[in-house]
Amino acid sequence: MIPELGNFSLILACCLASLMAIIPMAGAVSNNQLWMSLARPLSSGIWVFMLLSFACLAYAFLNDDFSVNYVANNSNSLLPTRYKFTGVWGGHEGSLLLWVLILASWSYAVSLFSRNLPLDILARVLSVMGIITSGFLLFMLLTSNPFERSLLNTPLDGRDLNPLLQDFGLIVHPPFLYMGYVGFSVAFAFAIAALLSGRLDAAWARWTRPWTNAAWSFLSVGIALGSWWAYYELGWGGWWFWDPTENVAFMPWLIGTALIHSLAVTEKRGVFKSWTVLLAIAAFSLSLLGAFIVRSGVLTSVHAFAVDPARGMVLLTLMLLVIGSSLFLYALRAPVVKSTASYTLTSREVMLLINNIILVVATAAVLLGTVYPLLHEAVYGEANRVSIGPPYFNTIFLPLMGLLAFVLGIGSCSRWKNTSVDYLKQQLLKVFIASVALGIIIPVITTGGFNLGAIIAMVLAVWIMLTIIKDMINKTANKPTRWKGLKALSLSYYGMQIAHLGMSVIILGVCLTSQYSVERDVRLMPGESETIGRYEFVFEGVTTEQGPNYEADRGTVTVLKDGESYLTLRPEKRFYFATRAVQTEAAIDVGLFRDLFTALGDERGDGSWVIRIHFKPFVFWIWMGAFLMAFGGVLAITDKRYRSKKVAVSKPQKVNVSDTGKLAGEAS
Amino acid sequence: MARLALFMIFTVLCMNNLQAAIEVYQFDSPDQEERFHQLSDQLRCPMCLNSNLSGSDAPIAADLRAEIYEQIIDGRTNDEIIDFMTQRYGDFINYRPPLNRGTVLLWFGPLLLLLAGLLVVWRMVRSNQSADQALALTAEQQQKLEKILTGKK
Amino acid sequence: MNQRVKLFIPGVFFILMLGLLLFGLGRNPNQVPSALVDRPLPQFSLPELNQELVSVSSSDLQGSISIINFWATWCPPCHVEHPYLVEISESESDVRFIGVNYKDDLVEARLFLEEKGSPFEQVIIDLDGSLGIDFGVAGAPETFIVDSFGTIRYRHVGIINHQIWAETFEPIIARLK
Repeated sequence: MIPELGNFSLILACCLASLMAIIPMAGAVSNNQLWMSLARPLSSGIWVFMLLSFACLAYAFLNDDFSVNYVANNSNSLLPTRYKFTGVWGGHEGSLLLWVLILASWSYAVSLFSRNLPLDILARVLSVMGIITSGFLLFMLLTSNPFERSLLNTPLDGRDLNPLLQDFGLIVHPPFLYMGYVGFSVAFAFAIAALLSGRLDAAWARWTRPWTNAAWSFLSVGIALGSWWAYYELGWGGWWFWDPTENVAFMPWLIGTALIHSLAVTEKRGVFKSWTVLLAIAAFSLSLLGAFIVRSGVLTSVHAFAVDPARGMVLLTLMLLVIGSSLFLYALRAPVVKSTASYTLTSREVMLLINNIILVVATAAVLLGTVYPLLHEAVYGEANRVSIGPPYFNTIFLPLMGLLAFVLGIGSCSRWKNTSVDYLKQQLLKVFIASVALGIIIPVITTGGFNLGAIIAMVLAVWIMLTIIKDMINKTANKPTRWKGLKALSLSYYGMQIAHLGMSVIILGVCLTSQYSVERDVRLMPGESETIGRYEFVFEGVTTEQGPNYEADRGTVTVLKDGESYLTLRPEKRFYFATRAVQTEAAIDVGLFRDLFTALGDERGDGSWVIRIHFKPFVFWIWMGAFLMAFGGVLAITDKRYRSKKVAVSKPQKVNVSDTGKLAGEAS
Repeated sequence: MARLALFMIFTVLCMNNLQAAIEVYQFDSPDQEERFHQLSDQLRCPMCLNSNLSGSDAPIAADLRAEIYEQIIDGRTNDEIIDFMTQRYGDFINYRPPLNRGTVLLWFGPLLLLLAGLLVVWRMVRSNQSADQALALTAEQQQKLEKILTGKK
Repeated sequence: MNQRVKLFIPGVFFILMLGLLLFGLGRNPNQVPSALVDRPLPQFSLPELNQELVSVSSSDLQGSISIINFWATWCPPCHVEHPYLVEISESESDVRFIGVNYKDDLVEARLFLEEKGSPFEQVIIDLDGSLGIDFGVAGAPETFIVDSFGTIRYRHVGIINHQIWAETFEPIIARLK
C-alpha cells in the first residue's frame, strides 16, 4: 500500500509540476494576476507530494519491504538502520527521487523568500522550475520508478547496499551535492525569466545572487565531502582522480564561481549582462550533463549509476529540450546593446572578466578531457582508444589555477571603472615581493629541502593572504579606529575575503600534501614497526571482530611520536555476508597539520601482515579550504541588502513594509 | 540476455576491485620506488572501470604492477616501460594521452582558448574606451547645455 | 547583426556536443579492443600441458588459421564456454584450436580436460600470466583469431557459444580462408 501511495504521490507531483510549468508563465504573458499567483501554492503542493513520496520509499526501506525492487536491490535485513535510510539514495531510482525532492525544495524556497520579487518575475521563475521538475518526474515515472514491485516473486532478503556505500559519506555527500547541483536551476530559472521578460538589469542580478551563492556553497561542500569520502574509503590516499563523475560535478562549480563574480559586476556596474545570463544557463546545463553522464554509461566510471542507454536517450532528449531552447532564447533575446559604462584595462571589471575567462577555460579543459575519448573514437575508431587521466588534467588545470590565484591578488585591490597602474604597483609590489620571499623561505626552512611545487604554492597562497590583509588595512584606513572600521565592513565583504582565504588554504593543502606525502607498504610481524619522520608505527597483531552484517579482521597499530606513546589505529578488513565482498577500512588519525593513515593488506603465510602506512601532511586543509569557501558564500548571503526591507516606525508596533516592493534608493 | 547477465556480473566483480592494492616490493633505491608509484599511477587497469594500477586490486593490475617492478629492477626507463605496455594494451592503458595529430586539439586547445579569451578582453576594453571618447565629446556639449539651462533659470 | 550572430555560437556548440554524446550512447565503453589486431603474434616458446619436454612456439602456428583461447579452471565463464568449444572445434576441421592455460593449477587443468574433453590440439602453459600480458589479455576467457601468416586478426572477450561463433567468428574465418 505504502509504495503505491509513494508512486501516486509522484504522479500527483508531476501533474502539479506540469501545471506550474504552464499556468504562471501564461499568466505572466497575459498579465493575469490570478494565474501568476497560483505559482506559490503549486510549488508548495509539489513539495508536499515529493516529501510524501520520499517518506514512502524510506518507509519501505526501514520496514524491509523487499517486494519493492529498488529496496531489494539496495538493502538487506541486516543492514544497520541508518544505512537503510540513506540507502534510499544509494541507487539510480532513489537518488533521482532525492534529486527531484531537492528541486521541489528549492522551488518552494524561492516561493517563500521572494517577497521582494515582482509577481511576473516570480511566476516565470517558478514556471521554469516547473518545466524542469515535470521533465525529471516524467523521466522517473517512465523509465526509473523506484516503486516498482515484485509481488509474486518477492525475495526473502535484499541484495544489500554496496559495502562501499555503507559509510558516513553516503549520509552526507549526495544530499549536499544535489543541493548544489540542483540549486543552480534557480539561477537558470532567473536567467530565463530575465530573457523572457526583457528585464535584465542590476535588480535582476541582486535577486539572483543569494540563490547562486547558496547553490555554490552547497556544491562546494558536496564536492569536498565526496573527495574526502574517496580519500578514506578507497584506501590509496588519493582524493581526486579526474574521473568523469568527479569532473561533471566540478564543472558546474567552476562555472558557478564565474557566475558569482559575473553577477557581482552586473549588479554593481550593469555590464557583462549577456555573459552573466550565459553563465547561469551554462551552470545548470553542466548539471544536466552531469546527470546524463553519471546515469547513461557513456563514459566509464566506477561511480556510474546505471548503465542504460535507453535512460541515456531520455536524459539526452530532456537536455535537448531544456538547454537547446534556453540557448535559442538566449541567442534571440540577450542584450546586444553596448553598455554605456566604461572601464580601463586595469579596472576591477576587467580583473573579474579575466577571472571568469580563466575559469571558463578551466571548465572547457575539464570538459575537453572528459569527452575527448568519445571524440577521438568517433574520428579514429574504437581500436585506437585513448585514456585521459590525471597526467593531462593536472598539467592543464594547475597552471590555470596558479594564474587565477595571481590575478585574484591584483583583482581584490583594483577599483571599479579605473585603477591606475601606478596605484596598483604602489599597493602591491611590496606585497608581491614579500609573498615570494616568504614563499621561498618557509618551505625551505621547515623542510630543509628545495621543492619547487611547494614553493610556488606557498608563494601564491601567501600572496592571496597578504592581499586580503592589505585590502582590509586599506578599507579601515580612514576610520576612527581599525576596530570600528572592521565592524563597518559588510558581511558580504567578509564573505568574499573568507572565500578567497579558503582558496589559498586549498592551494596549500593540495600542493603540500602532494609534494610531501610519504607512503610505505611494509610486511610486519606482530611487534615489528616502521618509522616515518617522528612517528613510529608498531604493529601489534590482528583480531577477529563481528559486525552487524560483516565479519572483520581488525589490526592494531600503536603509534609513537618522538618515542612516546601517542595513539592507536585499528584498520579493518571486512567480509560482508550478503554481497560476499571484502572491503578494507582504513584507520586514519585526522590532524590539522597531518593525517596518519594505515590500512591492512593480506596475511602472509608466516604470520606477518602487509600494512600500508601513509603520512599525509596538510591534507585536512583541502577540506578545510572548501568549507571556508562555502562559509564565505553563505556569509555573503546574510548581508543586509538581501534581506527584506524592514522599516521601523515610531509607533509602538513595528510594521514590516517589505511588501511595498519599491526598493528605491538602493545603494549598490 | 546471457551476455547482459554476464556483463553485469563482470561489472559487480569489477566494482569490488576499487580498493587499493597493498603489496610489498623491495627496491634498490627510493628513486626506483618513486618511479614505481608514478608508473602505477599513470597506467590504467585494463579491466576496471576507470582505475589506475595502484588503485585496483584486480588480478591483472597486480600482474602488471609486478611486471613494472621487474622492469624497473632490470633497469628499463619509464618510457621503455610505458612503450611495453602500450604495445600490448594500446594507448588506452596510458592515462597520459600521447601528443600526436589526434590529440593536438586536446593538448593545445585550452591554451588557445585562453589566448582567445584574453584577446576578447583586450578588444572589449579598447572598443569601450573609444566609445567613451565619443561620449566625452557629447559630455562637453552637455555642459554647454547645462550652462544654458541654469543660465535661463 | 554581427553581434546577434555571435550569440548563436553557444547553441551551435551545444548541438555538436549533443551529437557527440548521442554517438557515445551507441557504443560500449567497457569493451576494450585489442592493440594487437593486424599485428604479428608475440614471440613465445612455452611448455605444453600434456606432453612433457615439448614446447609450443609462435612459429608453430604458421600455416593454418588458429584460435587461441585463454582459459583457466578458476574462471567460471570458462566452464560455461567449454562444452561449446569442444563442439565447435570438432566441426571446424581446418582451424587449429590452441589453448593457453592461464595462471592455473596444472593438475586441476589436466583433470579438467580429461573429464570434460579438450577442444585443443595443444595447450600452452602460462603459469605467471606473462604470455597473457604479451597478448594484452586482461582476464579469462579471451579468444584470438590468428591467420595462417601468424597475424592476429581479432580478439573476443568473454564466453563463446554457438550464436557468438556464428555471428562473430565465422565471418572472419571465412574471409581469412
